[in-house]
Amino acid sequence: MDIIVCIKQVPDTTEVKINPETNTLIREGVPSIVNPFDENAIEAALQLKEKHGGKVTVITMGPPQAAEALKTTIAMGADEAILISDRAFAGSDTWATSYTLSQAIKKLGKFDLIICGKQAIDGDTAQVGPGIAEWLGIPQVTFAFKLETNDGKAKVERMLEEVNEIVECPLPAVVTVVKQMNEPRLPSLKGMMKAKKAEIKNLTAADIEADPTNIGLNGSPTNVVKIFTPPPKGGGEILSGEPEEIVNKLIDKVKERKII
Amino acid sequence: MSIKILLDKCTGCTLCVKACPFGAIAMIDRPARIATQSVAGGPADAPGKGKKVAEIDLDVCTLCGACVPSCKFNAIELKKELGGSGRDLSHFKGVWVFAEQREGKIQSVAFELLTEGKKLAADLKTELCAVLCGDPSIEEEIDHLFGYGADKVYLITHPELKHYHTAPYTRAIAEAITKYKPEIMLLGATTLGRDLAARLAIRVGAGLTADCTGLAIDNGLLQQTRPAFGGNIMATIQTPKHRPQMATVRPKVFRKVKVQNVKIKTDENVIRFKPVISEEDLLVKLLEIVEDETVKVNLAEAEIIVSGGRGLGEAKNFKLIEELAAVLGGAVGASRATVDAGWISAHHQVGQTGKTVCPKLYIACGIAGKIQHLAGMQSSDTIVAVNKDPDAPIFKVAHYGIVGDLFEYVPLLTRRLKELQG
Repeated sequence: MDIIVCIKQVPDTTEVKINPETNTLIREGVPSIVNPFDENAIEAALQLKEKHGGKVTVITMGPPQAAEALKTTIAMGADEAILISDRAFAGSDTWATSYTLSQAIKKLGKFDLIICGKQAIDGDTAQVGPGIAEWLGIPQVTFAFKLETNDGKAKVERMLEEVNEIVECPLPAVVTVVKQMNEPRLPSLKGMMKAKKAEIKNLTAADIEADPTNIGLNGSPTNVVKIFTPPPKGGGEILSGEPEEIVNKLIDKVKERKII
Repeated sequence: MSIKILLDKCTGCTLCVKACPFGAIAMIDRPARIATQSVAGGPADAPGKGKKVAEIDLDVCTLCGACVPSCKFNAIELKKELGGSGRDLSHFKGVWVFAEQREGKIQSVAFELLTEGKKLAADLKTELCAVLCGDPSIEEEIDHLFGYGADKVYLITHPELKHYHTAPYTRAIAEAITKYKPEIMLLGATTLGRDLAARLAIRVGAGLTADCTGLAIDNGLLQQTRPAFGGNIMATIQTPKHRPQMATVRPKVFRKVKVQNVKIKTDENVIRFKPVISEEDLLVKLLEIVEDETVKVNLAEAEIIVSGGRGLGEAKNFKLIEELAAVLGGAVGASRATVDAGWISAHHQVGQTGKTVCPKLYIACGIAGKIQHLAGMQSSDTIVAVNKDPDAPIFKVAHYGIVGDLFEYVPLLTRRLKELQG
């Protein structure tokens, strides 16, 4: 069972703070982490490998420092990690990113399964996983929280708004996973030693034979034209008085707003 | 997408002519000489491979791809490319709204998008169209779409479109987009809408912006505003050079409003479209749908949500939340901490790793209000917070705050509301 896991290095958005004076994002000192949903993807891949044998290869597209995130995945137990990095990839949106990752996957050769986190916590698009599947022309199953493989097929449970869906899908396929999939393991001491020595292979645009019209800013149909911080919320009214009084006030307020 | 016959590989065998469902391929005489400057040093016209070659009538071809696997010589190249790139964009017209249906019922988000799409279409002086997919019985639902302002409905029917599956839906809608060329396509940012939009955008070569909370037209372009970095910042995104401009939009961000002048269904304003769906599109099979008994009201569609957090202390205390939700006719929400602790199922989770909700009333009980939770609920119309800690971040977004013990206030509120209802 050869599995490819696609990950992204992201700023830890729980640590992001807003400068109250300028009302802008403070980026300094915000640690970079492996996107949490991608850790679930790695854990899912490692569990399948433990069951069926095979190999787990982790890939990411990003700047050179994204190699650190790849080392974390080696420490968790991934067999190989590949960084797809080139100045030409800068400014990629989800069209260009999914194209680039799919080109790299084609170069890697045979695989049975691709697992991605459902979305990255910085962009929150959930578009790259299905995008990769489309570029490769293979099925996709999104929002998975249970995944079994058997005999060239995957049985996947998907978490939807109100219900869960159980689907069967032939391999190879792309599966994107939600947090409820599993509890990602922590890097082991042995894994950390291995990660320290691990060589992270780098693939450039030329290596993956990328079509220049599909990568980076040129290959990105969407442009960010403005970034702003939402106006800070000043907080509302704290209701005061005796408990009965407070509850009555609240009901009146809600009624005024014609909700009930 | 673009398609072409590689003349040096085509043998004139006619297999593709038979495979094309649209009769778009014909055999023509092999051109006498083919320019040799193309592929570096390769044989250009590869003589001796038959007198005839295939030719595709691009005005008839829908780029469905059925011919590609039929060719034994890899002589047909179907290439994904960005839609409208470097070309005149003026023939892309109309605002399309994907009318998401589940179990044959059109979802509220579709009506919300029609209401908002109506404004966009008016600004662009173009028409508002709904795209409805399903089995033939779905036609009964069409009037609802006109009721919320659709000028036209693209009715795409096929037995395999009864329930949503990624591949057949992508195939069907991509064919319609290629044929009718909309300039804007909006979908609900539901699990279904996000699964479909992401695949469809690559297929048709569109720019796609996820999970928008604001839409406007400026200079003829769709301005798509959405939260990023866990709701810490907002970004406005546009797709200047490619069409269609696609966006998914969160449910409940826009209000649905019925229109006064409802169009009457005619042969002109219902465009019937029967897609060609191949075996390849039916590889993923639905085995079972598992209901969650604890979900009584869908969070994403709920007008009122009562949510519980770590302050509840233990699983059984969710009963207090359920009672208040029941008396208000609302849904039960939960913070991530309570879901992680196993107090309640993940279908109830609100926040970045759960659901984004936008009800008229959100009551947060014993929820501190970490940024991840706020990202999922802060655009609610009215927010009420009950928390012991006066410094809890939830009070920063709450319109009305009660600093106090939820075990005192929640039952009191439930009782008082019951009394009022008689």
